[in-house]
Amino acid sequence: MPDITREEVAHLADLARIDLSDAELDHLAPQLAVILDSIASISEVAAEDVPPTSHPLPLTNVFREDVHRPGLTAEQALSGAPAVEEQRFAVPRILGEEG
Amino acid sequence: MTATTTDPVLSFDEAMARFDPVLGLEVHVELNTVSKMFCGCSTVFGAPPNTQTCPVCLGLPGSMPVVNGKAVEAAIRIGLALNCSIAEWCRFARKNYFYPDMPKNFQTSQYDEPIAYDGWTEVDVDGTTYRIDIERAHMEEDTGKSLHVGGATGRIHGADHSLVDYNRAGIPLIEIVTKPVEGTGAQAPQVARAYVAHLRDLLLGLGVSDVRMEQGSLRCDVNLSLRESPSAPFGTRSETKNVNSLRSVERAVRYETGRQAARLAAGERVVQETRHWHEDTGITTPGRSKEEAEDYRYFPEPDLVPIAPDRAWVEQLKAGLPEPPRERRARLQQEWGFSDLEMRDTVGAGALGLVEETIAAGASPAAARKWWLSEMARRANEQGVELTALAVTPADVARVQALVDEGKVNDKLARQVFDGVLAGEGTPDEVVEKRGLAVVSDEGALSAAVDRAIEANPDVAQKIRDGKVAAAGALIGAVMKEMRGQADAGRVRELILEKLA
Ligand SMILES: [Zn+2]
Repeated sequence: MPDITREEVAHLADLARIDLSDAELDHLAPQLAVILDSIASISEVAAEDVPPTSHPLPLTNVFREDVHRPGLTAEQALSGAPAVEEQRFAVPRILGEEG
Repeated sequence: MTATTTDPVLSFDEAMARFDPVLGLEVHVELNTVSKMFCGCSTVFGAPPNTQTCPVCLGLPGSMPVVNGKAVEAAIRIGLALNCSIAEWCRFARKNYFYPDMPKNFQTSQYDEPIAYDGWTEVDVDGTTYRIDIERAHMEEDTGKSLHVGGATGRIHGADHSLVDYNRAGIPLIEIVTKPVEGTGAQAPQVARAYVAHLRDLLLGLGVSDVRMEQGSLRCDVNLSLRESPSAPFGTRSETKNVNSLRSVERAVRYETGRQAARLAAGERVVQETRHWHEDTGITTPGRSKEEAEDYRYFPEPDLVPIAPDRAWVEQLKAGLPEPPRERRARLQQEWGFSDLEMRDTVGAGALGLVEETIAAGASPAAARKWWLSEMARRANEQGVELTALAVTPADVARVQALVDEGKVNDKLARQVFDGVLAGEGTPDEVVEKRGLAVVSDEGALSAAVDRAIEANPDVAQKIRDGKVAAAGALIGAVMKEMRGQADAGRVRELILEKLA
């Protein structure tokens, strides 16, 4: 049975930039364990003779011509931005990270 | 933590006396495709912010990427030029991280199946050849550009918030990673620089990138570690990010060597971390501690099917590769009759292609080298740009030299012609015309000026009559001054000697 510790959930939350309280960690860790457990049952179905599959279709080399296609205007692109400044997406500062 | 933080640093010589450096270089090169890696957005540099985006490169729900075939071709050609094996079958992978420069919250990259792997190349430093083994070259996409506002330095420390432009997000990027580079000793800084310069030449020759370091289309991360001796296991490395000029690559290796040596000499450990390079002060400061590969939770990209380059296609691309840079340099040196030193200076200045094109446009090798390595190098230096970024073409340089050879301008006037060309006043001929720069070829005017100079300097004139021809320089100077430089000094000299014979 796969297990996920409270510390692992806290680490994943940190990587995902989600601020979880102690109570939320206590609540979520066992839930995630159940999800992992369910997924693990797939491994039991897939025997040794079934290779890991990332792409169900037997396709390779699907390429696009290198041509320019018009996209969005700046107004359209920024319409979903949390805030806009100088025609750019304005986001909160990130602490302790590179720029 | 600010850019002014200074770590203790051991002198480079002292560091080299006690430790052996090991380099690792990661170079990111933006391809010069018309469209982005996974969508049809334009890749033109310098467009107004957020005018080159679409649902795919903004990571909007429901959008689906499609691979740019031209970028795959460029990746394979780069791999082949670096003597790499080309994967029979490979996939893209999602590199998951949460940072605002990546709107999708993952970067589409390649993980354990790079398109090109296990290659090598060679670079020359002061007559010694170093073999650089290539670990891999893989395909990925560039990130958006963040502007940090509110902080004192414009960098992220102390910034109030960030403004993001996604024009660059999704531009095809090839990451070229070396294996650990050992055995360079005290030449490590020069080897690092020579390698990046070599890659730049190679990529330019392939025509796959603009390789403009000042515009960020070629960027280098420098990994460095020290160990007690060449037989000792590798030490802990630091990774200095975004070192974006050839000179800075050399300086960053030098600085990190001194910083790490000081720590080790003091009995401290080197911390494995990414570090920021500060162009102004020439030092590095700590960035975030490096995430482990597993923290990126790579997994195969489900929205892009695998790539399996047809072997016949790979062979065809291989057959079409241009002459490799080292062979090309050797051939050109032979053709031009340059000494080793002249050739090294030309290559070091990034002027090889420019000199080649100038010669092709009609200039002699010596003249082409002279203009690019003195006059143009000085101006590029003043502007803080690479030679190729100057607003003067090899054809312009060849034309100016032709004007000199024809006696229409002298060297001094030629410099003014370049002033005009660089200021956007037109072709060399147009500048000569508009600025009235042609030398005075009116023999009567010249002769009169020479007469006046002789009259004004009777002592000098007498010396020349007495056979001291070297004294003519003073009279030539006087005539050139009167003609405001617009005379052929050789002709002036002839006239003086005729009149005083
Ligand atoms: Zn797009």
